Amino acid sequence: MSDRRDFMGMALGAFAGLGALGALYAAKRTWDPLPSVKAGGFTTIDLSGAKENELNTEVWRGKPIFVMKVGKNNPAYNDKRLIKVGNDRFFIAIGLCTHLGCIPTYFPEKNKFICPCHGGQFDAAGKVLKAPPPKPLTIPPFKLEGTKMVLGEEGKEYKEMKAQKLV
Amino acid sequence: MKELKILAVVVFFTLVTYWGVEPYAHSVMHKHVEGHDFKYPDINASKVKGNAQNGKNLIASCAGCHSIKSQGIKAPMDVMNASATYGVNPPDLSNAGAIFDEKFLIAFLQNPAHTAKAKPNFAMPPSAGSEQDAADIVAYLKSIAPKEITPKEAYVTACGRCHANSYGKWTQIGDVPKTKFNIKTKNDVKLAEFKINVAKYQDKLADYMGKLPPDLKVIVRARSKHFLETFVEDPQSHLPGTAMPRVGVTKEGFEKIYEYLESTGDPSKAKREKVGPIVLGFLVIFAILAFLWYKSQWKGLKD
Amino acid sequence: MAHFDPNAKPFTKKWLNERLAIETIERVMSTEYWIPKNINFLWAMGMVLAATFGLLLISGIFLLMYYIPTTKEAFNSVNYLIMSQVGYGWLWRHIHAVAASVVFLIIYIHMFTGIYYGSYKKGREMIWISGMLLFLTFSGEAFAGYVLPWGQMSYWAGMVITNLFEGFSKDFLGGALNFPGLVEWIRGDYVPGQAFIGRFFMLHVVLMPLAIIGLIVLHFGALRIPHVNNQDGEEIDFEAEAEKWKAGKRKESKVIPFKPVFLSKDVFVLSIYFIFFFYLVFYHFEFAMDPVNFDPADPLKTPPHIYPEWYFLWSYEVLRAFPKNPGLVAFGFVQAILLVLPFLDRSPNVAPASKRGPFKIWFWLLLVDMVILTILGKLPPEGIFTILGKIAAYTLIALWIALPFITKAEKPIGGR
Repeated sequence: MSDRRDFMGMALGAFAGLGALGALYAAKRTWDPLPSVKAGGFTTIDLSGAKENELNTEVWRGKPIFVMKVGKNNPAYNDKRLIKVGNDRFFIAIGLCTHLGCIPTYFPEKNKFICPCHGGQFDAAGKVLKAPPPKPLTIPPFKLEGTKMVLGEEGKEYKEMKAQKLV
Repeated sequence: MKELKILAVVVFFTLVTYWGVEPYAHSVMHKHVEGHDFKYPDINASKVKGNAQNGKNLIASCAGCHSIKSQGIKAPMDVMNASATYGVNPPDLSNAGAIFDEKFLIAFLQNPAHTAKAKPNFAMPPSAGSEQDAADIVAYLKSIAPKEITPKEAYVTACGRCHANSYGKWTQIGDVPKTKFNIKTKNDVKLAEFKINVAKYQDKLADYMGKLPPDLKVIVRARSKHFLETFVEDPQSHLPGTAMPRVGVTKEGFEKIYEYLESTGDPSKAKREKVGPIVLGFLVIFAILAFLWYKSQWKGLKD
Repeated sequence: MAHFDPNAKPFTKKWLNERLAIETIERVMSTEYWIPKNINFLWAMGMVLAATFGLLLISGIFLLMYYIPTTKEAFNSVNYLIMSQVGYGWLWRHIHAVAASVVFLIIYIHMFTGIYYGSYKKGREMIWISGMLLFLTFSGEAFAGYVLPWGQMSYWAGMVITNLFEGFSKDFLGGALNFPGLVEWIRGDYVPGQAFIGRFFMLHVVLMPLAIIGLIVLHFGALRIPHVNNQDGEEIDFEAEAEKWKAGKRKESKVIPFKPVFLSKDVFVLSIYFIFFFYLVFYHFEFAMDPVNFDPADPLKTPPHIYPEWYFLWSYEVLRAFPKNPGLVAFGFVQAILLVLPFLDRSPNVAPASKRGPFKIWFWLLLVDMVILTILGKLPPEGIFTILGKIAAYTLIALWIALPFITKAEKPIGGR
């Protein structure tokens, strides 16, 4: 009889534990990012209307994203950090200086970015021309879909660039 | 006495740690900039003597952009148009003579961007044909300046067109107006319109300056007085390349501005200084009583 | 069946005794709670901590009435509403900020007192362990609270500390929790934002305080049976000594009752502490309110130097002394090792460190090393500071590894 009492007690305990697990799952889900946040994690940019050497700034995950179609006359045109879309080459990067996170300004006549804070300079492929920034402007994960680009997803091109340590 | 020795050890380690993480660490992290007490040593004092009467005749060239409200001179453009044209609203000159340094102004009128150490796109063009003209205009501005101006007036003239101060209810285009909402809809159209104008002004200003100059609501708690003093005296000394111009205030002018910043950023200072001694006095008496109780309880407990 | 006197008048002593046993409680918890006589002011640190926690609780309640936990309003609700509009709001805020910093100073003093006098051994293990759990929950509470004013340091400390979990989930959990990403899950967003401030607000004002209050009860409870240690680590027969006291032999007895004798000393120490504390509140609060945090949070602009509050600096420096993942392991090690101190000290001696040979050296090395780590933790990681930081971090780990060997070789004191 005592065995049966123990067993029933344990069975009740185990079942209650199951309920606790369920509650824990609900609690975990409550801490998840909201759907609106997740939706904001992917930004689609239409590249078809872009004009050469004209900088557009988009926002992705709260950060500014530089998007620019780089023309043949631009010295950075042959840089491997540019992304080929059809016959065009695009520069895409998170628009925050890798030094201290200020937003660099683009000067089309000089073909370069100059950071207002400490004078760091980048070329039109995001490479450092002048310190203090320690590394090139960061390329965010992207996926190409025709002339559209989805930021936040790792596509084939991004993975290739990653393999070459370009991003 | 053993207890005092133990206390000394505790205090010693506490103070060493404090010294390391506060004074020492901050001296390593922030370079020290020596101030010049708003003397502007790089600008030579003008040798010519200004004539206020001549200055009055020359002031028309200033009034092409600036208002001088105390003299009934209105600006040719309202705030929004001025901002669209210049990127920033030119200041009213009624109080200019009271807070800006004389030799700075004379040099500034002849060569504004250079004297202010500003970017080449600085909105104000050279505005005095000769040193004599500049000196005359400055003499005139000094002659019309009020003897005593309020801290807020100093702030508005020197800083207020670029820096909002939201705790002082100041925006770059003026004080936030007192408006009433529509009782049927709860809408406040006047306030909404004002806010749109502020937003438009700030966008233009950000284009002109490269970024939006910060709201100075609690800057007195974010930066030391020494930093603010030396920064206002010469922004380039702390932030090389910054778009903020040297505005050329006098020592007294800076003190007025600082008084205003303190009134918005640390408004409890006066109260703190008043309540502090009372609380500490109370605690000292409390400690004496506690000591006497302790002595009475522990009497005869030890050999 | 309990006996209730039908004639007892409500709320008289007798009436209450029958229902709540108030006299028994008073006797057990204070008038016959025996404390050794051979103590110094360091034995009052527990009371000082309780009082500081009380100050935090009271000031926190008033701040809570006007604080607005949103990314838009948090900064202004603290720096404008509370500081300049709410009557005496500034006082609560300064008390809260200064107490949050000073409470750690007292915790460290309390901890090192425990280590110095060996007050974690022979029946006192649970006191030490519950105390260390309190230290950890206080750390969490402090971190969560630091996020709330939503200044630059709040934001970037939140960013940098939560970023640590990125490496953790990728490299230790095989990326198992990596969608939407452990870091994103903790933050509730890709960057610290509204979800972040909301959950840290909840942690700071409800969950962590509840845990702290529970642990304080446990900590006090753990003290009652083994009793408090004394300056010489002497084993006292509390029953026999208590009888002496009750017989009026105040001088001969080695113990004193908590109330009123021990309490009188506690209150005196407390009064001196309060003078120091309120001097800081009124005249020297800057150390507890970092200037950088008076710049509103800006996700697009990193402050030139990011550092935690002073009480986290020693562990932060351990973290920085290694590459990312080993740093995390070292960081976890130096935190967790503190919990098991009672089992690492293999010597049977309960005595002040000064009488324990090599342990004395170990103690002072530990203290000095932690002070050095604290100072280096705030300095920018450049040149000589990096090298010194590495040496100090390795030393700390080596000290803990050496502890069991040092104490094992220790000679027993006296005939025990």
